[in-house]
Amino acid sequence: MLTAIFLPLILACFIPFLSKWKHSIHTGWFVLPIPFSIFVYLITQVGTQFSPFERSYSWIPSLQINFDLYLDGLSLLFGLLISGIGSLVVLYSVYYLHKSEQLGHFYVYLLMFMAAMFGVVFSDNVFALYTFWELTSLSSFLLIGYWNHRKGSRYGALKSMLITVFGGLSLLGGLLLLTIVTDTTSIQAMMDQKETIINSPQFGWILGFIFLGAFTKSAQFPFHIWLPDAMEAPTPVSAYLHSATMVKAGIFLIARFLPIFSMSEWFFIIVSTVGIVTLCWGSYMAVRQTDLKGILAFSTISQLGMIMAMLGFGTKVAVFAAVFHILNHATFKGSLFMVAGIIDHETGTRDIRKLGGLMTLMPITATLAVFGTFSMAGVPLPFLNGFYSKELFFDASLHLEGEGLAQTLAAIIPYLAVFGSIFTFVYSMYLFFGTFRGEYKEKELPQKPHEAPIGMLISPIILVLLVITIGLIPELFNSALIDHVAESVKGEPMEKEIKFWHGWDGTPLHMSLIVVALGALLVSFRSYWAGVYKAVPGALSLNKAYDWLVDRTEKYSSTITNGYMNGSLRRYVRLLLIAMLLGTIGTMLLTDGLALNPTDVEDVTFPEMLVVIMMVLAALATIFTNNRIAAILILGVVGYGLAILFVLYRAPDLALTQLIIETVTVALFLLVFMHLPELRKRHESAGTILINASIAILFGAMMTIVGISSYNSKWFDPISDYFLETSVKLGGGHNVVNVILVDMRGLDTLFEIAVLGIAALAIFNMIKLRRKKGAEE
Amino acid sequence: MEMITSLLAGILFATGVYNLLQKQLLRIVIGTALISHGAHLFILTMGKLKRGNPPIIVEGVENYVDPLPQALILTSIVISFGVTSFLLVLAYRAAKTNDTDNMDELRGNENE
Repeated sequence: MLTAIFLPLILACFIPFLSKWKHSIHTGWFVLPIPFSIFVYLITQVGTQFSPFERSYSWIPSLQINFDLYLDGLSLLFGLLISGIGSLVVLYSVYYLHKSEQLGHFYVYLLMFMAAMFGVVFSDNVFALYTFWELTSLSSFLLIGYWNHRKGSRYGALKSMLITVFGGLSLLGGLLLLTIVTDTTSIQAMMDQKETIINSPQFGWILGFIFLGAFTKSAQFPFHIWLPDAMEAPTPVSAYLHSATMVKAGIFLIARFLPIFSMSEWFFIIVSTVGIVTLCWGSYMAVRQTDLKGILAFSTISQLGMIMAMLGFGTKVAVFAAVFHILNHATFKGSLFMVAGIIDHETGTRDIRKLGGLMTLMPITATLAVFGTFSMAGVPLPFLNGFYSKELFFDASLHLEGEGLAQTLAAIIPYLAVFGSIFTFVYSMYLFFGTFRGEYKEKELPQKPHEAPIGMLISPIILVLLVITIGLIPELFNSALIDHVAESVKGEPMEKEIKFWHGWDGTPLHMSLIVVALGALLVSFRSYWAGVYKAVPGALSLNKAYDWLVDRTEKYSSTITNGYMNGSLRRYVRLLLIAMLLGTIGTMLLTDGLALNPTDVEDVTFPEMLVVIMMVLAALATIFTNNRIAAILILGVVGYGLAILFVLYRAPDLALTQLIIETVTVALFLLVFMHLPELRKRHESAGTILINASIAILFGAMMTIVGISSYNSKWFDPISDYFLETSVKLGGGHNVVNVILVDMRGLDTLFEIAVLGIAALAIFNMIKLRRKKGAEE
Repeated sequence: MEMITSLLAGILFATGVYNLLQKQLLRIVIGTALISHGAHLFILTMGKLKRGNPPIIVEGVENYVDPLPQALILTSIVISFGVTSFLLVLAYRAAKTNDTDNMDELRGNENE
């Protein structure tokens, strides 16, 4: 299994070299053996005797993050889909993509995606799962934006990226919570702790987060909007990612955690509701589309909704039907996408309004489309697999039970299911008849249509053959595969209650017949009610909401950023100071930090007071003077005043240094001031002055309060006694301050010397090295 | 006395901050100088004022003022001197190069 994950990645590394000679051999041929050999390996695992097994490979064991791989029925089914349809898609793309395209890019992305999908389905470790999950988002982004010169591609890629990564991150949140609650990172080990998870207070969050991840990935309402825009991708990509594999990752996730979550009734309520709404909305919207791939995109959405709803039902029949439909949908939807690609390739358009009457021109393609569309519509013919799963779906929807909200829901669901299925029938028929029957509009087609080359037809033919085979002999698939899948999802053995194709007189069949009858009516009279689509959803389109959201977010964030980042340094200083003020005062008030009753204070003496008053006056004067010399000299007064205070407070070294430094500083100021413009009268508005003054006063007051309060809270004696005792003994000096500076804390001094040196060098450079004025620009 | 020096330090901070918030480069440099004065005074005050002789060991004297804050302030004075002189020359060069010392005119580009 590890090979399956890493083989595509390793090959991806060599693709750039292989694509060098793409003009003689199409790069796709090199890629094809990889998914095919994995498919063959997985096929050998299939059988009635299959039993799950696991492998473990260390990655980050200390964090319990490892490549724990687990192969049970569910991951086997997905593995088969990924490798099988992967092989077909690669084969198809060999004929679809011209050699002039950037094939290297395409196959690197595709292999990356394939590896990521294998990783998602085989991982047992939640973090490994999440890693691969995001890798699928990433590679899908690259594939959608493959034709990156097109605006639509870039828009679609960005949209799908935003939505799926949003979901991916919320999934990470859910998985983290799960890990915290259960104290394990293995999904299988979590299964043993169902009770712990259900009863934990975080259960609601876990459920919400993981659902969000699954719904965004699987394009469920209202997160489905990225899927139709992802149709800008090359058709093989749409067929692979957006019908068979990636969009089923969310389904896989729900199925994987179903044994845990289905114990809560909210699982039924949320998943069924979302699924049913998606089914109805998707099938309704699909009828509206005019682009073939647009129809298929919304059809995928609605089919995914149907699978999701069945998983939500959680009963045995429903789970069985869900996994059965996963397989069925992958076969017919894959073939339909390929058919759409062929039509696009051979006629030059995908617009259904321009197409018509292609039946005789492209007989093989038309035949393939018949099986695909009829199977999708669930037409009651015993050789179409879509019919069986639809039948099971109806059957499951009829046998729901619950209390309260769940009961109401259970009563509504069958009607909604029929409603959604009618539209499914309508768009399926429209898709087929609109393209292949009707009048042939030769003038509107860019190219003269003709049958596709055989290479392009192989893949859809194989898929359609599968549709029929499953339709004719479902029992073969059931016992070998579907049973195991359903068992691993439900966590208990399935009884053989799957003889669904014998119930000819049951309610489900009647529901199917109603669908066909009403659907046929709607198709026939399509032109009469087409106007409905113009009115609904109209302004309620979710795309508009998305665009609005993205647009607003950008606008508001730029407004906010421009609001405070106006380039003015004063503004920033102000904001910093206000934040400091609020933080400090707030903390002091909240923590009882205020202590304004001084104890153990020295007496006030007259000379000190005199110096203090002088300094206060000088400091205030710096604000009010408009004469630069005066300002500098007054600043000098403050400095000298401080020096005198140092003398009075018995700090001779400080006083000495302060005097010298102050003298030098004043001298420096005087040197420079000649070259600075005169301090002009300031033209400040009264408001600005008021704000500045109040910030300044508050800041000063805060510092005073902080000083007094901290002075009053002395928790332990100073360590200075040690310095005083050992200065002579150990340091060999009598001046304790100097001994501290050069002996006990000499490192400080070293770096302070470095600071001075750097400042000197910087000043020197600033003066010496200047660019010539003209050379600046 | 500690209360009064705390108050003085507060006033130094307040005037320093006010200068810092002005438009002219020279005032900003003055503001930083005032703030560093305030900080030095603050450190000294927190270490208790005038409880003994200057910290120079003399035989027979037991009581000295705390030498550690003094050592810290000494380091700080030198560093703030370095920074202030650097700032001053920077202001000088900025004013020379841009022909203005008005902070409002020294804004960055709108679209940076």
